[in-house]
Amino acid sequence: MTDENLLEVTDLVKHFPIKQGILIDREVDQVRAVDGISFYVERGSTLGLVGESGSGKSTACRAVMQLTKPTSGSIKFEGREIAGLSRRKMQPLRREMQMIFQDPYASLNPRKRVGQIVADPLKQQGVARGSDLRKRVQELLERVGLSSEHYNRFPHEFSGGQRQRIGIARALALQPKLVIADEPVSALDVSIQAQIINLLDDLQDELGLTYLFVAHDIGVVRHISDRIAVMHNGKIVEEGTADQVCEHPRDDYTKKLLAAVPIPDPRESRARRAA
Amino acid sequence: MAIDPQPEAGLPAGGPVSAFPPAPEGVSAADHGPWYLAYKRFIRNRMAVGFLVLFVLIVLFVLAAPLWADHVAHTGPNQSHTLEKLHVNGEVREVVTPEGRPIGPQWFEAGGKFFLGADSRLGRDEMVRLMYGGRTSLFIGVVSGLITTLVAVILGLLAGYYRGWVDAIIARILDVLWSLPVLLFGIALGVSLAVGGLQLGPIEIEGGSIWIPIFVISVFTVPYVARPIRGEVLALGEKEFVEAAVAQGAGPVRVMFGEILPNLASTIIVFFTLNIANNMLFEAALSFLGAGVQPPNSSWGTMISVGEELLTTEPLLAIIPGVMILLTVLSLNIVGDGLRDALDPRSKVRLEAHAGMVEPEGSSV
Ligand SMILES: Nc1ncnc2c1ncn2[C@@H]1O[C@H](COP(=O)(O)OP(=O)(O)OP(=O)(O)O)[C@@H](O)[C@H]1O
Ligand SMILES: [Mg+2]
Repeated sequence: MTDENLLEVTDLVKHFPIKQGILIDREVDQVRAVDGISFYVERGSTLGLVGESGSGKSTACRAVMQLTKPTSGSIKFEGREIAGLSRRKMQPLRREMQMIFQDPYASLNPRKRVGQIVADPLKQQGVARGSDLRKRVQELLERVGLSSEHYNRFPHEFSGGQRQRIGIARALALQPKLVIADEPVSALDVSIQAQIINLLDDLQDELGLTYLFVAHDIGVVRHISDRIAVMHNGKIVEEGTADQVCEHPRDDYTKKLLAAVPIPDPRESRARRAA
Repeated sequence: MAIDPQPEAGLPAGGPVSAFPPAPEGVSAADHGPWYLAYKRFIRNRMAVGFLVLFVLIVLFVLAAPLWADHVAHTGPNQSHTLEKLHVNGEVREVVTPEGRPIGPQWFEAGGKFFLGADSRLGRDEMVRLMYGGRTSLFIGVVSGLITTLVAVILGLLAGYYRGWVDAIIARILDVLWSLPVLLFGIALGVSLAVGGLQLGPIEIEGGSIWIPIFVISVFTVPYVARPIRGEVLALGEKEFVEAAVAQGAGPVRVMFGEILPNLASTIIVFFTLNIANNMLFEAALSFLGAGVQPPNSSWGTMISVGEELLTTEPLLAIIPGVMILLTVLSLNIVGDGLRDALDPRSKVRLEAHAGMVEPEGSSV
């Protein structure tokens, strides 16, 4: 392995047991959500992970973040094996890798104020407190395009795009090296998708972030990814540089995904729909 | 970047989008929290507010018991006046006739003494007993409600968060409690404990103590609260905000109490309110059957039981405490329903869905 790779995943497997039983649950089958995938993300680069709904993208992200215990496989962060680390051992690594979630409506605790949501990681990791904490949270809010006056508001007062900005502020609070963005724009309207992607792009340049960027729409990741991995039924079916995958796809499934990419121009899109 | 940013239509940079109009400047943003919205919805519900007022009046009524006893009735709840006579308007009335019939309501004719008459051949002041009995009934209802809620929330959190065998064990215990014929077991337990008392580790409860019915009621009502809480914790545990907390390094305690518990608050409040009402009914039934509050202490249940002996001649003696129970339980149920409507998570979902739709037009391709 090389020093260039911030994250290296090898033969990652996550199976969910399907249980049945009246008194004692017996395992009757498995959902092979992630079925032996390998990929790497170079420092400062972006790996786009694409695949249709249910292909196991979120499960892969969760396993990398150690939010779910992988069935087997290796996850190396900065060359260090993290698969199966205890919560205590994982604790310091939490600062280095953070996640932006798929659903802006479920990823913010509705009972907490925005300021508290963004402050939580800083408090949890003991990074800042008191007036310093508040100042840092307000800076973060401003950096992601919100106003520091939003500090005392509740999530329900915000639109989906604004909520996703809050999620980004929370993920960046600990100044992580790796940010896993699990379909950060799928739930958003197209015009807002561009804004959020541009924000993430700017933040990457400014902070030297490394992204694992997930989407079900290959058109979304195409422009910001250095490399793209295509996932289908828990497996990676094609992997390569963004241009290679988009211009000369080898796999049939990749070709299908590319054919489904919407045309950015609304007039052309309308024409195509009318046709 | 090849993607052109478009301004978020209709959104001033960073302005809040809400199902409610944004706060005018100068109004604290804190006023627009979920509690404030729930409060707004609640006070719009005239009926619930009306019955809340009634409940508060009932609470004030029972809290005033010592004042009435000392300054108006000049007697205690358990004090017998069998052989005494009242001088009313120059007329002499016996508190209890030689045939054992208690005096009827005197209203203010005897200066407030025996306002509602005497309770039985023991000649105790019915009004004073009603006020003190209400204290006991409400105390049992509220305290067992608190115990039930506390135990149910902890069990529900543990079962719903840890799942697996923790959940299996807790769920089976609750199932057993749930399937018992509650009143029958309550009576059996209440009677045996009322005679023998109860030793729970370092806590020792005497036979006649009101902590016996509190204990019995709490044990049997836990499943009714713990089950729905567990279900809600299961659902909340799947939410991404819980994963976000774990991704920050939060442990089980912070996740359960910092992330999940605040989202249970509305369920807890509604269940607590309805639980008090149920517990008061339970207490009345136990006491009526001699398995709850023990004589000479009064509760509304024991008063019905005492009054029942004179139901044909002095029906008011059973009806008055009965009406008090009815009014209290009714008001708590209506307030509970009102709180549910105001706090209901589903109405919150509706609100959120609406807020989500405020995003600029444009078809998602
Ligand atoms: N906790 C779980 N228990 C059982 N099955 C699960 C669990 N989580 C995910 N799965 C299953 O694993 C498969 C992959 O799910 P995953 O959420 O990773 O897909 P995804 O690629 O993120 O899809 P989407 O684009 O809809 O988010 C699905 O079939 C899903 O039903
Ligand atoms: Mg997903």
